[in-house]
Amino acid sequence: MNAEFRAAGDQSLIVYLGHQISIETHQQVLKLLYLLEREAVEGVRNLHPAYCSLLITFDPLHLNHDQLRAKLNSYLNRIEETPLPIPRQVEIPVCYGGEFGPDLNEVATMHELTPVQAIELHASSTYTVHFLGFAPGFAYLGGLPKALASPRLQTPRAKVPEGSVGIGGNQTGVYPLATPGGWRLIGRTPLALFRRDRNPMNFLRIGDHVRFRVISEKEFAELRPQ
Amino acid sequence: MTGILVEVPGFFTTVQDLGRDGFGPLGVSASGAADVISLRIGNRLVGNPDGAAALEMTLVGGEFVFERRAVVAVTGTDFGPCIDAAPAPMWTSIEVQKGQTLKMGAAQSGARGYLCIQGGVAVEPFLGSASTHVLSGLGGFNGRALRKGDRIELGTAEWPFRKRWLSAEGLESLRPRLTIRVTDGPQSDWFTDSAWKIFCANAFQVSEKSNRMGIRLEGSPIPLDSSREMITEGVSLGAIQVPPSGQPIILFVEQQTTGGYPKIANVISADLHCLGQLRPRDSVRFERIGMGEARSLLMEQAALLASKEMIRE
Repeated sequence: MNAEFRAAGDQSLIVYLGHQISIETHQQVLKLLYLLEREAVEGVRNLHPAYCSLLITFDPLHLNHDQLRAKLNSYLNRIEETPLPIPRQVEIPVCYGGEFGPDLNEVATMHELTPVQAIELHASSTYTVHFLGFAPGFAYLGGLPKALASPRLQTPRAKVPEGSVGIGGNQTGVYPLATPGGWRLIGRTPLALFRRDRNPMNFLRIGDHVRFRVISEKEFAELRPQ
Repeated sequence: MTGILVEVPGFFTTVQDLGRDGFGPLGVSASGAADVISLRIGNRLVGNPDGAAALEMTLVGGEFVFERRAVVAVTGTDFGPCIDAAPAPMWTSIEVQKGQTLKMGAAQSGARGYLCIQGGVAVEPFLGSASTHVLSGLGGFNGRALRKGDRIELGTAEWPFRKRWLSAEGLESLRPRLTIRVTDGPQSDWFTDSAWKIFCANAFQVSEKSNRMGIRLEGSPIPLDSSREMITEGVSLGAIQVPPSGQPIILFVEQQTTGGYPKIANVISADLHCLGQLRPRDSVRFERIGMGEARSLLMEQAALLASKEMIRE
């Protein structure tokens, strides 16, 4: 297992398992995360998985970079033999365009597509949750058709409505909470992706396979939790 | 009801403790007190465990009516606390009687003060912590800053009053620094020697747009090697990101859990509490030190905090 370690600060270490976004690298990150969640290293405080890396923060009074590196090497040696669970298949209903997707027409025009073609393309792909990050429950989805990749907005919106489906570069994702955001919004889901009164709170998990299903405004209203 | 009533909330007052660790895989950052040292000492002064929930006030303190007698301590920046009309000391355990109001005003310097109350502030924990995560509206008191008319419940406190105060030497040794020490971060070698020179030789001004999520700095732009492409990765507390504008952003307690900008450096753990006392227009400088020195400084600080001489009775 070729891993590169770098100190990120005096209480954090980052492990790179590759330098390009790919499903293979994602699976390595996932395996290391699973191993560290199952057999926690004493003194480790938090794990931040991302596309190609895992950031590990630790209590610097009880662990140092060298000790952690040695421990991680023993985990990395077991990565190849670590099986991954079969990914969950998750469907997210989305009402595209209109007030829910104010940037749909612009995204379509950018790629010389009609809005309907853009919707069909977005709903035709299977996406992988590479990680949850940035804000609570925000899933970074890989697998966006190249023909839909769109640059982020020049000026991010101060508040993106909860459930908004957006495109940022070659990624797509759903905003679980109303937060600021710079992705182009093409639709909205009535599903609650992050709820503090639910267990688990997050609807999506790292490693999930996701498909979007086109729904009407009427279905959106019916599916919306009261 | 045995709590406190918010008569005046102050500029931005939230419930905070030492934060919630371990939820990075959900995208939830730790949050917690911006100046953990002041929180810990305040809690010790009133006989609480270090991590008891308290009120964190920002720039302007609040006014709170006590519905029962309580032992409290006000720490951090000086909001000029008064009980009714009588000035009350900072960094000291004080008694507030039922019906009295603890009043605080604007700070002249520094940014954050803590009202620690014996028994702690009682809010429903979210993921094991009372800390407010304002951006996502989670934790603390209804996931938000306090407003006039809010009633905050207090935990039970059964200890007798004991006069405790922070020693003068303790106060001096914990004084927040304006030269923040940093170690290298994961992309430190992406920055040229001249970029590092700009970063370490100049003062940066704290922007008005700073908050608990990030401290935005303004100063001489730090040049970036734009040919290198950054892939979004996990970010640690105190990471100093350099976006294309060259104006650094220090990721703070309510930080995003991942980020896509390169990081020139990372604030050392022993200086993180100093970030909590930075106010808009303050001038900060950075000093680059080695990992070993950063560790020694943290050990020294931990030993100092643990020493019996810190808190007098």
